[in-house]
Amino acid sequence: MEPGLYHLLFISAALFFIGVYGFLTRRNLIAMLMSIELILNSVNLNFIAFNKYVWADKLDGLFFTIFVIAIAAAEAAVAIAIIINLTKNFQSIDVEETEEMKY
Amino acid sequence: MNIYQITFWILSLFTLAFAIGVIMSRNPINSVLFLILTFFCISGHYVLMNAQFLAIVNIIVYAGAIMVLFLFVIMLMNLNSDTEPQKNFLVQFAGVVSGGALLLIMVAAIKSSLTGLEGKNIDLINSTDIGLIKNLGTVLFTTYVFPFEIASVLFLSAMVGAVVLGKKDSALKTAE
Repeated sequence: MEPGLYHLLFISAALFFIGVYGFLTRRNLIAMLMSIELILNSVNLNFIAFNKYVWADKLDGLFFTIFVIAIAAAEAAVAIAIIINLTKNFQSIDVEETEEMKY
Repeated sequence: MNIYQITFWILSLFTLAFAIGVIMSRNPINSVLFLILTFFCISGHYVLMNAQFLAIVNIIVYAGAIMVLFLFVIMLMNLNSDTEPQKNFLVQFAGVVSGGALLLIMVAAIKSSLTGLEGKNIDLINSTDIGLIKNLGTVLFTTYVFPFEIASVLFLSAMVGAVVLGKKDSALKTAE
């Protein structure tokens, strides 16, 4: 079977929802951040697939992907700084333990 | 089945298998290693889609920089499967239901919406030079130069923010 846009969209949808499932079920802050990286990568895959199969003479999808990667790098740095601070204060990376702002 | 199709299907299978490994493994270090393998498979997909420069950027930035940061933090905090929080059954069930339902809707939407695009994927396989660094660089520094500069400001603010958050304790002590 000739692989095309359809199959890539199915793969990236599956990756997206694997990420959503991981984000909802893991209680570990770092694992939740990793699920977000999975979600971002599925979006990147979508952008590049549409760029190749629909507008192959343009580069907009590739640039969206570059900026998504840049934002993911910045987000990971800030999130990891926050996580290190949380573990200093709560001695745990369980999201259920860090409930100081909840009530 | 030519070599392109075989590579595509093997890469797709490995991508999904490694992604499931990321969320299923108890040990966070195994999660990170599975995530690196997932990124390599996604980079393979990028190469198949003529985005060679982005494949290299994906490996360097994600697998090389972000994942090393994750591994460093996991080893710094000495996490393993013993410290992994227990997940409760209700949350897991809700995750399966919501993720599965959304996936079904998404698959149905894709199936019903893309009817006009099947024929477009055959004649474009030979346009291999669109993702090379020369074309990307030309467009990046002309059309996309403003978002590029905004991204540099974003990195600067993220760096300052990370440093400020990371040394909050000592800053508070000196302020008092």
